[in-house]
Amino acid sequence: MGVEKTYAEINAKIKAGQAVVVTADELIAIVEEKGLSQATREVDVVTTGTFAPMCSSGAFLSLGHTAPRMKMQKVWLNGVPAYGGLAAVDVYLGATEVPEDDPLNSNYPGEFRYGGGHVIQDLVARKPIRIKAVGYGTDCYPRREIDTTLTIDSINEATLFNPRNAYQNYNCAVNLTERVIYTYMGMLKPQLGNAHYSTAGQLSPLLKDPYFQTIGIGTRIFLGGGIGYVAWHGTQHFPSIQTVDGDNLGPAGGTLAVIGDLKQMSPRWLVGTSYLGYGATISVGIGVPIPILNEEIARYAAVKDEELFAPIVDYGDAYPNLKPGNLGYVSYADLKSGQITVDGKQVITAPLSSLPRAREIAATLKDWILNGQFFLSEPVQALPSPTERRQSNFLHDR
Amino acid sequence: MSPKRIVLHFSAETSDKPMIYRLVKDYDLVINIVKANVNPQKEGTMVLEVEGEKSAQGLDYLRRLGVTIEDLDREIVRNEEKCVMCGACTAICPTGALRLERPSMEVRFIGDLCVLCELCVKICPVRAMEVRL
Repeated sequence: MGVEKTYAEINAKIKAGQAVVVTADELIAIVEEKGLSQATREVDVVTTGTFAPMCSSGAFLSLGHTAPRMKMQKVWLNGVPAYGGLAAVDVYLGATEVPEDDPLNSNYPGEFRYGGGHVIQDLVARKPIRIKAVGYGTDCYPRREIDTTLTIDSINEATLFNPRNAYQNYNCAVNLTERVIYTYMGMLKPQLGNAHYSTAGQLSPLLKDPYFQTIGIGTRIFLGGGIGYVAWHGTQHFPSIQTVDGDNLGPAGGTLAVIGDLKQMSPRWLVGTSYLGYGATISVGIGVPIPILNEEIARYAAVKDEELFAPIVDYGDAYPNLKPGNLGYVSYADLKSGQITVDGKQVITAPLSSLPRAREIAATLKDWILNGQFFLSEPVQALPSPTERRQSNFLHDR
Repeated sequence: MSPKRIVLHFSAETSDKPMIYRLVKDYDLVINIVKANVNPQKEGTMVLEVEGEKSAQGLDYLRRLGVTIEDLDREIVRNEEKCVMCGACTAICPTGALRLERPSMEVRFIGDLCVLCELCVKICPVRAMEVRL
């Protein structure tokens, strides 16, 4: 029977300034040097990090009432439509929304220079935001239009709520066609001209807890430079363990829904992002602490890039046309080396996920915990694990 | 008259033609190759300083070969505040001017290798690559 720790014991050590906190990169080195049992005894918390585009993101804003009162039916923030189908002055601003006069892909490939993610970054940077809204007028909400400015500090609530973030693993995208394609995985050159991936690998939160033994509803996290929480499992949360011929190729498919007060976040960690020919989005910084409660949790948290694999997927045909299968698997160690082999061809690789920023997140979260500013929260409910075998549904033409 | 700085972009089919030799021999031009990225059977780019009375004719000769010529009147700079070091540009940049340092995985921009194709300006997800005139 190995060591067993509780959240309360670890939090008491954090409070006493005695907790041992290391990043996932550092844990790997400690396990290699001292072995798993010793590492489990010594280390209390492992910090992870990821910084990448996460399209399923947005913010609930409660703008404050006007005089006379107004039921805002259609709302634009810096020209970007926000969803007003909520109570009078509550809106949801989605990261991928773009202005109605954006040329989109009519001048292919479109630039998508400013969208909802950029508005969120400007908001959190405390820049003035122009708001226009129209309403149809009611006896209780007579006003029909407004055109003014607001800032994040002038409104009542700004809550980041991202329905799907921190994808556990992601495709390595290639293009088998004869033409350049523009995707959310970047510009992919013809005939395997390049391969793009978008995961921090051994530093990425959900790759380090494949069975969701510690990350659950209520887990306190680093979100957008501030503190946030895991709200629920993310949309399309279909966690599994990838296997080929009985070999374990690491986890995939898990996602998180996260929530936090936007007012305490930072424009460094919520960055408006534009993918040529695809659209606008936002890059989000997320870091999750993993309490080392036992040896099994430590073992999963210490897996290396060599043990974590991404499926190689053709974004020229298979992905857009929902064709099953892939072109094989490649390890994050190989992806990070700069070159992989696909169909016998040498292909150069590039990440879309910033590893320097992911490392900065893991280091920042580590500092917060070491300084006694950040305590671990025990999940109030576990997220669905791979053992539940949740399966994806598809929308069919009927 | 000071030399004219130009950028040549040529296709895979023209990359093996002895263009520089022709510019010197047939058009009596003084050529200084500032940067060159030429590989057999691949698209290539070259930055030249060109001086001589027949430079207009020399450049017309290049155009007849299918070479695209641009004046070198601008440079590409990286906005360090905006760059998030994601790496999305590094497999697109044709000359390795934008590259990942290993093991730090930081993106390095080597201006001397840039041939002003401006692909990075278009594809940078956070618009960190800028054209400076």
